[in-house]
Amino acid sequence: MLQLDGVEIGMGTEQLRADLSLHPGARVAVLGPSGAGKSTLLDIIAGFRVPDRGHVSWDGIDLTDALPQGRPVSILFQDGNLFPHLTLARNLGLALRPDGRRPDAASRARIEAALDRVGLHGLGDRRPGTLSGGQMGRTALARVLLQDRPVLLLDEPFAALGPALKTEMLALVGDVAAELGALTLLVTHDPADARRFAESVVLVAEGVAHPPAETDRLLDDPPPALRAYLG
Amino acid sequence: MAARPVALTAAPTTARIATLSAAGILAALTLGPIAAVLWRAGGLGAVTPADLDALRFTLVQAALSAGFSCALAVPVARALARRRFVGRGALVALMGAPFILPVIVAVMGLIALFGQAGLVNGALSALGLPKIDIYGLHGVVVAHVFFNLPLAVRILLQGWLDLPAERFRLAASLRLTPWAIFSQLEWPLLRRLMPGAFAVFFVICLTSFAVALTLGGGPRATTVELAIYQAMRFEFDLSHAATLALIQLALALVAGWVALRLSRGAGLGTGLDRLPLRWDGQGPAARLTDSAWIAVAGAFLLVPLALVVARGVPGLVLLGADTWRAAGHSLGVALASTVLCLAWALPLARPRGALLSLAAIAISPLVLGTGLFVILRPFVNPFTLALPVTALVNALMALPFALRIITPAAESTRADYARLAATLRLTRGAWLRLVLLPRLRRPLGFAAGLTAALAMGDLGVIALFADPQRATLPLQVYRLMGSYQMEAAAGASLLLLILSFGLFVLFDRGGRVRASA
Amino acid sequence: MKALTFAAGFLTATAAVAQQETLTVYAPDYFVSEWGPGPRIEELFEARCDCDLQFLPGDVLPRILLEGDRTEADVVIGLNTDVTQQARESGLFAPHRVDLAPLTLPIDWTDDVFLPFNYSHTAFVYATTRLNDAPDSFDALLNAPDDLRIVIQDPRSSISGLAMALWVHAIYGDEAQAAWEQLAPKIVTVTRGWSESYGLFTDGEADMVLSYTTSPAYHIIAEDDTTKKAAIFPEGHYFMVELAAKLAGTDQPELAQDFMDFILSEDFQSMIATGNWSFPAALPRDQWPEGFQQLDMPETVLFYSEEEAAALRDEAIEAWRQGLSR
Repeated sequence: MLQLDGVEIGMGTEQLRADLSLHPGARVAVLGPSGAGKSTLLDIIAGFRVPDRGHVSWDGIDLTDALPQGRPVSILFQDGNLFPHLTLARNLGLALRPDGRRPDAASRARIEAALDRVGLHGLGDRRPGTLSGGQMGRTALARVLLQDRPVLLLDEPFAALGPALKTEMLALVGDVAAELGALTLLVTHDPADARRFAESVVLVAEGVAHPPAETDRLLDDPPPALRAYLG
Repeated sequence: MAARPVALTAAPTTARIATLSAAGILAALTLGPIAAVLWRAGGLGAVTPADLDALRFTLVQAALSAGFSCALAVPVARALARRRFVGRGALVALMGAPFILPVIVAVMGLIALFGQAGLVNGALSALGLPKIDIYGLHGVVVAHVFFNLPLAVRILLQGWLDLPAERFRLAASLRLTPWAIFSQLEWPLLRRLMPGAFAVFFVICLTSFAVALTLGGGPRATTVELAIYQAMRFEFDLSHAATLALIQLALALVAGWVALRLSRGAGLGTGLDRLPLRWDGQGPAARLTDSAWIAVAGAFLLVPLALVVARGVPGLVLLGADTWRAAGHSLGVALASTVLCLAWALPLARPRGALLSLAAIAISPLVLGTGLFVILRPFVNPFTLALPVTALVNALMALPFALRIITPAAESTRADYARLAATLRLTRGAWLRLVLLPRLRRPLGFAAGLTAALAMGDLGVIALFADPQRATLPLQVYRLMGSYQMEAAAGASLLLLILSFGLFVLFDRGGRVRASA
Repeated sequence: MKALTFAAGFLTATAAVAQQETLTVYAPDYFVSEWGPGPRIEELFEARCDCDLQFLPGDVLPRILLEGDRTEADVVIGLNTDVTQQARESGLFAPHRVDLAPLTLPIDWTDDVFLPFNYSHTAFVYATTRLNDAPDSFDALLNAPDDLRIVIQDPRSSISGLAMALWVHAIYGDEAQAAWEQLAPKIVTVTRGWSESYGLFTDGEADMVLSYTTSPAYHIIAEDDTTKKAAIFPEGHYFMVELAAKLAGTDQPELAQDFMDFILSEDFQSMIATGNWSFPAALPRDQWPEGFQQLDMPETVLFYSEEEAAALRDEAIEAWRQGLSR
């Protein structure tokens, strides 16, 4: 269980408060207007920012002061998810060998399998610059598979993709998350994404990250803060 | 914005230790020798009225040199950005050469152009016009502009390159007036880049010695560095020398601090041939002025080089085994300096490292050498350390330039990939080997070329450490001149020029081969 | 030739040095180049001592003073009287114990620590092909038209520059500053050392260069060029002598003494004229090389003793500085 207890953090002149808990394996959308603090919430969970007050814990273990690399979290950013000068196989290999050594035969087989799994069969020797946006997203997801961590954070990684492609990618995220049994948080500003992907929604608005609410119920009968955003 | 920033590189503690030790070694190497000299001298000395004159001249010439270098760079860089012609890239690359030119070689070239028996005066007297005189404050400034203008032009070209091309396209499609382009596009960039560039040139010119002495024309052109030389070698007054060295260091640090406050991101760019393109200034008047600027700047920067080559060719056949061996030693020193400088620059490639490293070019090489001598003498025979110490001092002197080149790219690599590296739990070694070094290939190649060229040409030789059997090439040039071998000295200077420029091109190109996006 | 010596030196270093004693000599940098006197001195001395003479080039005096009694030097060579007072006061040097009777200097020399090995005089050198009517006295130089262009050395960084400051002081005394003021318009520039000045002169930047009375000998002998002359002034020329001395704390006292004796020997003295382009300190004029015998010699020789030079130095430099700063 991922728990945020009395977390408070300053964002410029604004504040963000979060008091919520999320179940392992759950699929959660983080929804709210821009600038409300959706990315900040993910940063706190991933360890890129440390809250001014409160605690973050996973399965009862306090993570508040843990470094990002010490957390059971994998994350996809809006961009820059792959090293452009390394081949796809090398990029994926880093998930298995963080010391950067060349993967052994067994690891290479796993890398191949992961690429196959996301539909990029035989592209291991290509570099990211030669791929389409969708293929880069798939590569990053293949790496998430290899990282195999219980929490997966997605900070709008597919925002630049067209609607059909985005739908396809969200489906793939769903598959990956199911395979890993990972708690998945997807930041989005599109309620349709939330309906398609998430069973519950964390609404971030007016300085508060609200506890998760069931997606359809929340979107069908939005509270005032959400209604203002949905328009 | 972040209330409590989190260190993001893979293993923050090792990274911190590397940075702190690099900074510590740098501080120890700049302050240690001064402290050693002070300790040996038994305290500070008095400042004489002649010192104050020297200080005044030093400040005036440094300010004028830096000012003219920056001011003249604007029309030259603008002209190069607006005009397209065959050989434009090559011209820009060649125009960068003076900066890496050994001082003694450059001064010879300038005198061959502007001296009493030089080309310009030859042309003037053929026309029946009065001769010009290169010697004096203006001569010192001309020489410093010769060295620094190429760098200033590069900084500007790089600045324009970093601006989105759309802005110049927009300006062209809106048909903005030249004044509007200047105030809306150029001025903000100049305000951002020029203070930092000015400060760097100011600091370089602060420690000017050979230029001021040869072209200064007399005692009015006494710099602080010359006063240090006098105190150190002639009067053996160490306390006086150390006092002057501290004044010089303080001036440089103040200048550096001001520059750091005023400027952001005045990077030197990562190559010679990427050029911005502008669509404004296509009228006949603009074409004419641009062409004139390119012609004048090109002639000013390239003719002295050509003259060095022309004068040196006959001397090449006179070069003896000693000179070729000296060339070998200089190559070795240059390569060692390059490795040392880059190993030093990588952990220091952070915004605050730049200020610290300015101390390195501001410290008097004489005081540095004497201090190292005092420190090392009890333990080792300094003669056996001549080349290693030369390599170290040259690495130190090139460090500020290497940092200016590497830091922006290192910062952006960290900004772009440190978070990803953290979630991947990359080790420090993997980060360095697989991410940082490959991402920095181009700037590293450029920095390595610059360092090697500077180390090749700089007479960072401390006479106290001279090694009888392993002279460097610049020292050999002086030895030849000291034995009436002026023609051979010209040949050796040409050899020095060829090797300096060759090393530069080699490294700079090497950084670009297979450097992918 | 020097190359071969080096190569041989490297090969035999480990084998030979074990048996051979080494004499360490500190010398100015120009000494050790293949064109300097060092290689020939080394060759001649090693032929008679069965030892290894090692030159260590660099700033001789500052180095010795920094090192104090821990120095490795057994002998130093290439000092100049105008800076020896500090050397003497350091107490690091021992008497040379060489009979001074053979000296042929134009002045009396009785110093028991610093031993002269060659000398010259300050003089302005010009090319007869470029300058038809060179000034024939210092006064004439001061009064020459301002388009006469001369190049000199900085007395604060160069030994010949300092000698010129003392030269002007010796001739003009209290009027030295005025003399410098008169000279100022003719001075193209002031360089750090002799090399840069001479380079400017050979490049045609200046009509006359502050150099030595012996400079034309180089052009006569090495280049067969008799057009370079030193202008001889009746007011006199400042005497410049180069010296050697033995360290008191040497661990090779006998070799060091042998070397001091060697300096006034005929071998050394007949080589040094063309080795260092200076007059030998102990060799009659009729035994000088032909080119040296042709040289014009000054009739009056001006010289300040070590104490006088040390006392006058600041004043002479200040006169130069003030005179040229107007």
